[in-house]
Amino acid sequence: MLLTNFAFYLFATTCVASAFMVIAARNPVHSVLFLILAFFNSAGLFVLLGAEFLALILVIVYVGAVAVLFLFVVMMLDIDFIKLREGFLQYLPIGGLVGTILLIELILVLSGSSFIVDIGQTVPLTNMPTDSSTISPTLSNTEALGLVLYTKYIFYFQVAGAILLVAMIGAIMLTLQKHDNPRQQDINAQNARRRQDSVELVERDSGQGL
Amino acid sequence: MDEMLHPSFFETYVLPFALIGAHSLAIILALLVALAFFMYADRKIWAAVQLRRGPNVVGPFGLLQSFADIFKYLFKEIVIPTRADKIVFLLAPFITMFLALSAWAVIPVNEGWAVADINVGILYILAISSLGVYGVIMGGWASNSKYPFLGALRSAAQMVSYEVSIGFVIITVLLCAGSLNLTDIVMAQEKIWYCVPLFPMFVIFFISSLAETNRPPFDLPEAESELVAGFMVEYSSTPYVVFMIGELANVVLMCAMAVILFLGGWLPPVDIAPLNWVPGVVWFIGKLWLMFFMFAMVKAIVPRYRYDQLMRLGWKVFLPFSLFWVVLTAAILQYFDLAP
Repeated sequence: MLLTNFAFYLFATTCVASAFMVIAARNPVHSVLFLILAFFNSAGLFVLLGAEFLALILVIVYVGAVAVLFLFVVMMLDIDFIKLREGFLQYLPIGGLVGTILLIELILVLSGSSFIVDIGQTVPLTNMPTDSSTISPTLSNTEALGLVLYTKYIFYFQVAGAILLVAMIGAIMLTLQKHDNPRQQDINAQNARRRQDSVELVERDSGQGL
Repeated sequence: MDEMLHPSFFETYVLPFALIGAHSLAIILALLVALAFFMYADRKIWAAVQLRRGPNVVGPFGLLQSFADIFKYLFKEIVIPTRADKIVFLLAPFITMFLALSAWAVIPVNEGWAVADINVGILYILAISSLGVYGVIMGGWASNSKYPFLGALRSAAQMVSYEVSIGFVIITVLLCAGSLNLTDIVMAQEKIWYCVPLFPMFVIFFISSLAETNRPPFDLPEAESELVAGFMVEYSSTPYVVFMIGELANVVLMCAMAVILFLGGWLPPVDIAPLNWVPGVVWFIGKLWLMFFMFAMVKAIVPRYRYDQLMRLGWKVFLPFSLFWVVLTAAILQYFDLAP
């Protein structure tokens, strides 16, 4: 128990500290690297909760794919870091306002009596009603998630997928440029090219031109 | 209750930690020594294909060449470019090596011979191997130099692309095995290794893992003819050798993954008398060497891809094909009621 507590405080403090560094770091690349550290520590928290599937999916999706693309883009930005800091005070009021609103909302949710949900009784996965079968506590949480996700929540799951697909197609359409004369490769034509069509070996005596 | 809570500090904390520590240390040491010989084998095979001798001076048949190289690198001066981001620059190689080594925690080399036999072993390996790209990107960016940066950008795009098809290949295997646990996946292959029914997936996995580990013919991030040495241009001495060890550990990790997913791990080809006398770990290591031999042969005989060809292969050939194969496998398993 002591060990779990220790691990929890370790992950939680690192997570909060690195989340703070995301906004405090001067260099955007460092910000992204701290963001990755924050993701890692939240994955650690998931593991402590016994949700190892969610933890690893978090690492694979956010750290392995999303943050790589983040880093990819941020690295290519040509930013004068000193200039970036100059605008800081200008954005402070708006940022502060958004932050305060979020904080108030969080406090309301967590303390307001009307919102209070008895955390102790909120649906551990085992009590969740499903259409077909009740999920036994012996299942690994990958199986349990699958059983719920693909039966009870299949509609939401599919809709989420469709939204992501639309977003992806939208992004591709925005960057697709139409040219009158696009110079595209014809892979088949390239592959069909044979040696005898393009190269010829000519026998010549030395000292004589072609 | 009290005595249950305090079974003695030693038994609850010190002993398990010492045990885990000893396990990890043993596997890391064994791995590092093995890597030295993998390196040697790589160079020897490469040399043999090109009718050269390869390393043959240090030790009998040059066997100790890798150790000599490591010490040479360790004793050299570390050069850091003036305007480089020092911390990230030095962190990058260690991240590469740390990730490559930590993935080995879940690899079972025999039944029950894994440091951590976790439920989601295959996801863990996928997660770790998808993080391998960070070492390259960070190293390339922190060098603050043109060629390393280009190498890092190439690598980021390349590794993310091929991860997608590796993911689908893994899903196909999982459909057949019905578990995310590596031991279960191996035991599911007792009747037939998955490289037989899923042969196309095996090929895709092999080629994708070449791309994922930046091995030739997909070593565009460090293509020496265009980018000098890509993301490694500015690295020297210890950070360089750490990078090299990390990359090689990744290669061997991919070989181990291929062995577990497709070649039946520690299982003998058929469960008959002379074959099943051989201990499982010998089978595992033998298969590992076979996979590595293929990696080394590809390096020696296949010319390097162009970058657009690489991208086309990943997104337009492998991705649709592996997606199709996932659906086909699922359909067959469902139709013939073979799903575990």
